[in-house]
Amino acid sequence: MTVPRVWTDLRRFTPARVGLGRVGNAQPTAAHLAFAADHAAARDAVWKELDAKALEQALAQPVTVVASAAPNRETYLLRPDLGRTLAPGTQLSPAIGCLAIMIADGLSATAAQNHAAPLIAALALPAQVVIATQARVALGDQVGFALQAEAVLVLIGERPGLSSSDSLGAYLTWRPRPGLTDAARNCVSNIRPNGLPIPEAARKLRWLIAESRRLRLTGVELKDNESAYDKSISVD
Amino acid sequence: MAYRHTLRGTVYHFPTLRELLAVATPLRSGDQLAGIAAPTNTARVAAQLALADVPLRRFLTETVIPYEVDDITRLIIDTHDNAAFAPIAHLTVGGFRDWLLATNEDLRTLRSGLTPEMVAAVSKIMRLQDLMSVAARCQVTSAFRNTIGLPGRLSVRLQPNHPTDDLQGIAASTLDGLLLGAGDAVIGVNPATDSPTQTHRLLDMLATVIERYEIPTQSCILAHVTTTLRCIEAGAPVDLVFQSIGGTQATNESFGITLALLAEAQDAALSLNRGTIGRNVMYFETGQGSALSANAHHGVDQQTIEARAYAVARAFPPLLVNSVVGFIGPEYLANGKQITRAGLEDHFCAKLLGLPMGVDVCYTNHADADQDDMDALLTLLGVAGCTYIMGVPGADDVMLSYQSTSFHDALYLRAALRLRPAPEFEAWLDRMNLTGRMSDHLPPNLAPDVIGLT
Repeated sequence: MTVPRVWTDLRRFTPARVGLGRVGNAQPTAAHLAFAADHAAARDAVWKELDAKALEQALAQPVTVVASAAPNRETYLLRPDLGRTLAPGTQLSPAIGCLAIMIADGLSATAAQNHAAPLIAALALPAQVVIATQARVALGDQVGFALQAEAVLVLIGERPGLSSSDSLGAYLTWRPRPGLTDAARNCVSNIRPNGLPIPEAARKLRWLIAESRRLRLTGVELKDNESAYDKSISVD
Repeated sequence: MAYRHTLRGTVYHFPTLRELLAVATPLRSGDQLAGIAAPTNTARVAAQLALADVPLRRFLTETVIPYEVDDITRLIIDTHDNAAFAPIAHLTVGGFRDWLLATNEDLRTLRSGLTPEMVAAVSKIMRLQDLMSVAARCQVTSAFRNTIGLPGRLSVRLQPNHPTDDLQGIAASTLDGLLLGAGDAVIGVNPATDSPTQTHRLLDMLATVIERYEIPTQSCILAHVTTTLRCIEAGAPVDLVFQSIGGTQATNESFGITLALLAEAQDAALSLNRGTIGRNVMYFETGQGSALSANAHHGVDQQTIEARAYAVARAFPPLLVNSVVGFIGPEYLANGKQITRAGLEDHFCAKLLGLPMGVDVCYTNHADADQDDMDALLTLLGVAGCTYIMGVPGADDVMLSYQSTSFHDALYLRAALRLRPAPEFEAWLDRMNLTGRMSDHLPPNLAPDVIGLT
């Protein structure tokens, strides 16, 4: 079926699914299946397991691999509290005063798998790198605390939308320790080639890290005087 | 006081009404996360049997959150109307279910005699068909520039969100929705940035669209109530004041609101006198799980707390209220089955308490749900007489990254159940020649350039 041009023209103005036309009261087949394909990609991204070995190889430095207390993906999705806790018996050797970087699968292992290593390379900062599976943002507080880190930068897969299933979020927390809330963090979100590109994200993060060291804090008191970041979707 | 029930030789004890309500609640992940859900299926039914025997009067003396610590409990108890309660004052929760299903009486006179906890309790021992058939008998109307909630009508909130609040992008999605018959509940934008400047820009733009197209509807920017208040002070064209609300004082504190602040905002919106046929100026959103998410649940199950939020809503007679049922994520409502039940519970409880209740039939990509689940819930809500649903281009909200219902979904539901838009808006659709099939020409009155789409 043909959709009138005056209607399809609306697509110029927005990424929303406008001007789809109609068959009876329904969406035409092409639009209906395009939606199904996007939803399938998002669902697959949520359920995909992080390949820690492959990620380790992509990083140019030694890393430690840890897991949260959530034993599998299903539990991870239903029990955010377990995703914020280290698996029992986890050992991490302190690296006092370091910058810790925790790469976390979060809700999109695809994002962590594809974008974390290039982002760390672009940051070009000395750091202790930890890979964490079945992890939420606040697991970084426990990891950073165990390492006695000065600050922790969590690079985590964000909840997939239909238009993007590989967005990486970056959360910076000064003096990480258990019990902090999101108010103590600064966030850069939507890091992906068609969102906030890696070089730009690395620039923003280097600025945030430098400011947190200068002010010795992160969170609402560390104002982002750069251009406004995209609204983030909380993944904690 | 303590409650108990013996089922198949086992005695089940429930120390308080709060715990009884929690164990009696049909399975959902949020109550499991909170550690208050039934430990077994049999324990749940034992609690439902015990709950069925609880006199409705008990709810007036045993509160789930103490009167002294929570202003919503105080609101519920202080505004309870004993005269309205009289016809059912002798009933138990189980007797109330039977009464609701059998009666032909006008349920409107009961409203002020019901507390949210009574309504939540009876919903816990109801099946989906019970929730639907009783809700369908509750008529609730509200009005601003059109009439919402008349029998045989289904309204649609046109939700033209854009990831960066681009004015042309929002205008394009708005026109798309109007062409598909959406927008009689409200044209309502969730702003990407909650600031007075941004909100004022969006309010001006939507007011212009409504004025130039001469649409009998209202607009709303779903910013924080304090942002909207600042816009009113700055002279912005505010039709409706929006706010997310919860069912405990501590939840509302986490949202940065108090009952006094809501009253101040309602007064400010009323002072603008922008409604033409009615003075319902508030728009509230709710949803199960927000109290647990804010660590403000006091050990009360999420569905009972959701019903308590309706006590807040009805204190400020709103034009619109909706639960955003599947938005919160699988740790509160795990899958299509749980979202479906919660959506129908929320609609039932709100309608029985007298609210113009719509539902955002929706899910996120980490919940175990898909479009088929949404079609089922959408259709069930239509049968239940839901006041309005959301209309999002292609069901994909590109700002909030979740899936709601599309303009097409609303067309389907209206056609399948022979439901019509709000009468004033229906007359406008007729004038615009939009009630039939899409032609190659737009009505000249709806030319895109009229609203800046060039």
